[in-house]
Amino acid sequence: MADTELNINARNCDTPVNEIYLQAKQLDIGYRNEVVVRDISFTLRQGEAIALIGTNGSGKSTLLKTIVGILGSMGGELSVFGMPPGNNHRRIAYLGQFHASGFVLPLRAIDLVAMGRYPLHGLWRRMGEKDDEIVMAAMKTMGIESLANASLRSLSGGQQQRVYLAQVLAHQADLLIMDEPTTGLDAGGRELYLNAINDELCRGASVIMATHDIQEEAALCHQVMLLAHRVVAIGPPHKVMTPEALLETFGVVVAGENRLHVLECKHGHDDNERQGLNRKRQP
Amino acid sequence: MVQALLAGTLVSIACAIAGTFVILRGLAFIGDAIGHGVLPGIALAILFGFHGIIGAAVSALFMIGGITLITQRSRLSSDTAIGLLFVGMLSLGVVIVSRSSSFSGDLTRILFGEILGISRIDILIQLGATIIIAAIAIICARPFLLLSFDPEQAEVAGFSVRLFHNIMLFMIAITVVVSFQTVGTLLVFGLLIAPAGAGALLARRIKAMMLWAAIFGIISMYIGLLVSYHFNLAAGASIILVAVSIFFIVFIIQNLRHRRTGNQKDIIHG
Repeated sequence: MADTELNINARNCDTPVNEIYLQAKQLDIGYRNEVVVRDISFTLRQGEAIALIGTNGSGKSTLLKTIVGILGSMGGELSVFGMPPGNNHRRIAYLGQFHASGFVLPLRAIDLVAMGRYPLHGLWRRMGEKDDEIVMAAMKTMGIESLANASLRSLSGGQQQRVYLAQVLAHQADLLIMDEPTTGLDAGGRELYLNAINDELCRGASVIMATHDIQEEAALCHQVMLLAHRVVAIGPPHKVMTPEALLETFGVVVAGENRLHVLECKHGHDDNERQGLNRKRQP
Repeated sequence: MVQALLAGTLVSIACAIAGTFVILRGLAFIGDAIGHGVLPGIALAILFGFHGIIGAAVSALFMIGGITLITQRSRLSSDTAIGLLFVGMLSLGVVIVSRSSSFSGDLTRILFGEILGISRIDILIQLGATIIIAAIAIICARPFLLLSFDPEQAEVAGFSVRLFHNIMLFMIAITVVVSFQTVGTLLVFGLLIAPAGAGALLARRIKAMMLWAAIFGIISMYIGLLVSYHFNLAAGASIILVAVSIFFIVFIIQNLRHRRTGNQKDIIHG
């Protein structure tokens, strides 16, 4: 990719960073009565980004859902904009992993992007010209303005993912929370996405995302949290992403051509997780 | 006949709105269960001299409450809760009916509908219900859309999933309750999903899906009534057969069209 230099250094701009948006102190997270990860502590300030990295089932999505208030915390402290989670609908944009497929919804691309404005307008308030402009600008940022009136069903999976990301951008939220946002994106889509996130950070928004992409997305972030049912490491990417820490997070690390290629271990963590899931399903 | 057509039109509009969300939210099973589960309420209402709609409404509310309670208080999926109440209520209805000898004519009417016997009061009730259903769909358009996309996103956006999901169930229940007279409790589910299903194949906006569903529903009513009148067939079943046929006609035409455009694409790319 041509513009990788842009993404090597966290946030390519000079917005002052001050206010604390997100703070966790010895936070325990999990589902129902089962703790998935214990003792998570971190601070996310205005204009900063943090990437959660780990295998499937390592607790990334659980942490994101706890931050937005869908899941309750199981211990410790968590504050979002200085308040308990679930109290800042207007300031948080969320893109989960398991939404309905665009192939089943009778919607145009622009309708789905416009849904990003709903948290700001609630049940009643009408959407105005300014909203239309913001929606179109978000589509343009993701390179899909020409698809605005296209049926969502007629788009490819990668194009649909761009629509979902445009929806997040259209919110113009203070905190963007995304679960594996680059799923299905092609190289062009990833580049647009990385630039968009850089712009969001410069605007003063904060970002927390779960990702497998340790090369580009993580490099864009100020902090990286490696998760493997526990916090393996947290800190600036260049300090945290050591071969040892990545080995512990993913199972296998292969180094070469100045890049770290991370392979998910098929027989280690995954099997343990699967067994863990089976255990959870049993009454 | 005019009253039958008027009732058919109102019911088609109500079912188009509710059916659209039944399909988008994947609530087909609960729609079916409410349709069948209203039987004991109707039977008891007739037994004690009330209007069948009152009994149906009480049954439907009881079912929604029961499904919500079992799903929340146990680790069972909502499918299991729905299935339990479905068969439980249906068998209760059959038990009540079988204990009373005065039901023979009424039972056929409940199960298969009696669109030609609809009174002016019934039509007024259906009109009121259709207005309420349309109002709910307009007021809750945003949360209903978010719920259809991703319930978690709806919650994060500040729309309580529990509240708006229950409002949606309530809307479906009202639709079933005022529609069962036209095609009967056995087939009312068909009016919820067949026209909206055909609409889903054609539309690229939710409003268009509802509009298509209403048009297909009304056409089904008219053709179904005509066919049943001329060939002396059961009216309710004829209406549903037409509705389901329309779905398959739309489905086949869509597939043929896609195949043709798909082939053209292949030629271009080839």
